[in-house]
Order: sequence, then structure tokens, then C-alpha cells
Amino acid sequence: MIDIAFFFEIIPALLAGLPLTLQLAGSSIVIGFVLALMLALAQQGNHRILVWPIRTFVAVFRGTPLLVQMFLIYYGLGQFRPSLQAMGLWWLFREPYWCAIFALSLNTAAYGSEILRGAIQGVPRGLVETATAFGMSRLLTLRLVVLPLAFRQAIPGYSNEIILMVKGTSLASIITLMEVTGIAQGLISQTYRAVEVFVAAGAIYLTLNFTMISALNALEAWLTPYRVRA
Amino acid sequence: MMDIVGLLTVGKGGWGVALLIASGVTLSLSVLGFLLGALFGAVAAFGRLSQRRLPSWLASTYGTVFRGVPDLLTIYLLYYGGSIALTHIGKLMGGTGFIGLPAFATGVFAIGIISGAYQAEVYRGAYHAVDGGQLDACKSLGLSGFQSHLLVVVPQLMRHALPGLGNVWQLVLKDSALISVIGLVELMRQAQIGAGSTREPFVFYLAAAALYFLIAAATGTVFRYGEARAWRGMVRT
Repeated sequence: MIDIAFFFEIIPALLAGLPLTLQLAGSSIVIGFVLALMLALAQQGNHRILVWPIRTFVAVFRGTPLLVQMFLIYYGLGQFRPSLQAMGLWWLFREPYWCAIFALSLNTAAYGSEILRGAIQGVPRGLVETATAFGMSRLLTLRLVVLPLAFRQAIPGYSNEIILMVKGTSLASIITLMEVTGIAQGLISQTYRAVEVFVAAGAIYLTLNFTMISALNALEAWLTPYRVRA
Repeated sequence: MMDIVGLLTVGKGGWGVALLIASGVTLSLSVLGFLLGALFGAVAAFGRLSQRRLPSWLASTYGTVFRGVPDLLTIYLLYYGGSIALTHIGKLMGGTGFIGLPAFATGVFAIGIISGAYQAEVYRGAYHAVDGGQLDACKSLGLSGFQSHLLVVVPQLMRHALPGLGNVWQLVLKDSALISVIGLVELMRQAQIGAGSTREPFVFYLAAAALYFLIAAATGTVFRYGEARAWRGMVRT
């Protein structure tokens, strides 16, 4: 029923899409993380002028499908071509590649900022007060006390978000980018062998996700040397 | 500006009614998919909690695969895989040409499979939150294993499962937009159609985003109400 030779044909074809999947996931995770951290920190001050727009941004990006966000950015903003050209931003919104990274980054920034915000709030107050009592500045406290603890706390939640991002890159295939899922769909409609293609493409994603989770678990263990390993 | 408002009205030349109907399709697709997912999730959680090797392995593989693979890929598998099988059967019966599966049913099934994998984790976690002593108490009352689960454990488990189920529901609602790729005219697809024929993609995708947001907010309230009700008279420890 399932023939091995067919797998040897489709796996290289699917792997050709892996660099694009990795680029999309990698850039949006990194950009999204930086944005998420800025959003999470900006909310610590409790300035209404800062907090309110951020909360709105987070609610909107968490409350709507990623596909809609991608379409809004790629097709929707395309409508404003003359103004974007005037602003010198057209190169960004013309390319599906940049639009996909833009949408994915904003999406993961919204989810990530909530994870980081929770983790920062989870840092015991006493530690921060101690740091202040030692005469550490706010920036120094943040750098040496709050963030190291918050990052470690955030790892389990953030690894879920990273998996969702890796999966989310598949939506880029709908705006014409031929990453692994896009190639898989092409192969299915050429060969009519949905199960084999799913197994092969699925294995690529599972390997990718498994590698990421293992790396993050290792990072968490490394940051928690005192915790007895189960 | 007026013509943009005009596009979304319910009157003649407006897309308001079409978008509202499509929202109804999105909502019913999501609800049915979520309920089917509850069934798959319950079975999978039962498998995971089983002492026997095979059910436990099957259930955990199900969870790993469908939570790790992009949902779009799962949707392609079910739609094309099912249609190809159907086409083969059609050929045996003398038919010709490609037979596509009904998009709505396929969508419900796909959402059921995907959300079931997530719901299984929620139920499994909630099961462990119910005090193990309850099962001993059931035994001393002479309840059978089935009775004690159905009458004692599950009602209490739901209390712990509700917040997690609320998260899965939000995931399902947003995932339902992906069913547009197999041609079902739900909210996302309707917005695409409107965007295509009026050349106003921004307005239509913004309207779709707003409707998704409203549905998510409204149904989120239902979950919060349910949670408050499930915990009435209880102290959270």
C-alpha cells in the first residue's frame, strides 16, 4: 500500500521548502520576542497612555485569526500602494515574504508579551525591594534580577508559543510562499497521495518542533542548576 | 468614505447580510467542531490515563502528531485524502472525475481532530486535579468504575477543565478561518469573495477581523459565566 520509493521522491522535494520555513519561523520568533519584551516592559510602568494602546494591540492580535492578519497586511495594505510608495515602505508590503514575517512577528509579539508580562510579574517583590535597598538602579535591577528570573519562568509558556509559530509559518503558503506546507499541497494535488505526503511533511514539522522543545528544555535545565532533575 | 460604509451595510449593494450569514457559518462550524473535538479529546484522555500500554501509546501519538503538525496540513490531509478515496469509490461504481468531500462536514471533522488533541490534554490535567480519595469513596459506596467516573469524577473535572477549554475554544474559532482553503464560504472566504469583487480588500479583511473579534469576545463571556457558575459555592484552593 505505502511504498518506500515514493517517500524517497517526495522527501527531498519537501525539504527544499525547509529553509524558507526556518527563515520565516526564525525571523518572526526573534523579531516577535524583541517586540514582546518591549511591550511587556512598557506595561510595567502603568502609564495609561502606554498601557491602553498596548492592551488593545494585544487583544486585537490575539482575538483574530492569523490568516486574517496576514491577508489584511498583504492584500489589504496593497490597496494603499501610492501612499506606501510615498512613505518608501512599498518594498516591504509588496513582497509576500516580508508581509508574512511582518504578520507572524506582530502575532507572536502579542502572545509573547502576555507570557513575558506574567513572568515579570511573577518575580517576587521582595527581590526587587532588596535590589533597591542595595542601591541598584531600576535598569540594573531589571538586568540582573528581574529579567534573568522572568526569562527562566517564561520558557515553558514561550516554547508553546514557538511551536505555534513554527506551525503558523504554514499559512505563508496561502500568500504564495512555497514553504514545506505549500510544497506538500502541490505534491498532493499532483500525485493524489495525501497520506504519504502528510506523513513526510508532518515528520519534518515534528522533527523541527521536537528539536526546538529539546533545546528549550535544555536551556531551562541549564538556567535552573539547583533544581533536582526528575 | 461613504462608499466604504455602503459596502458593509445590509441594504442593496451591501455585503452586510452576506458577512453576517458567513459569521453564522463560522460559528456553527466552530461549535460543531469543538463538540466533536470534546468527544475525540475525552476518548484520547481516557486512553492516556489507561494503565494499558497500547491505548496510552495511541492516545499520546494522536496528541503529539496533531498538536505538532500545522493545522493547514491536517486540513489538506482530510480533504484531499477523503476526496481521493471517494473518487476511487466513485470510479468503482462507474463514475468519472474528481469527487470533492462536502466542505462543511470536512471542516467540522478537521476541527474535531485538531481540537480533540488539545482538549485531551485539558481533560487529562483536570482529571488529576480531582482528589483521588473520591474514587475510594465511590468504591466504598458500591459504585462501579463506570458509575463513579460518570457521576462523580466527570462533573467535578469539568470545573477544572473549563478555563483550558475556553482557551481551546478560542483556538478553534481562529482555526476555523483555515477551512476557507477548502472552499467553504465561512467568514474568511466571504471576506475574500467580497474583497475580490469590490477590490476593497482592506475594508473586507478589517470587517472580518472585527467580526472574529466580536465572536471571540462574546463567546469568551459565555465561558467566564460558565466558570463562575461551576465554581459557585466553592472555595478555590
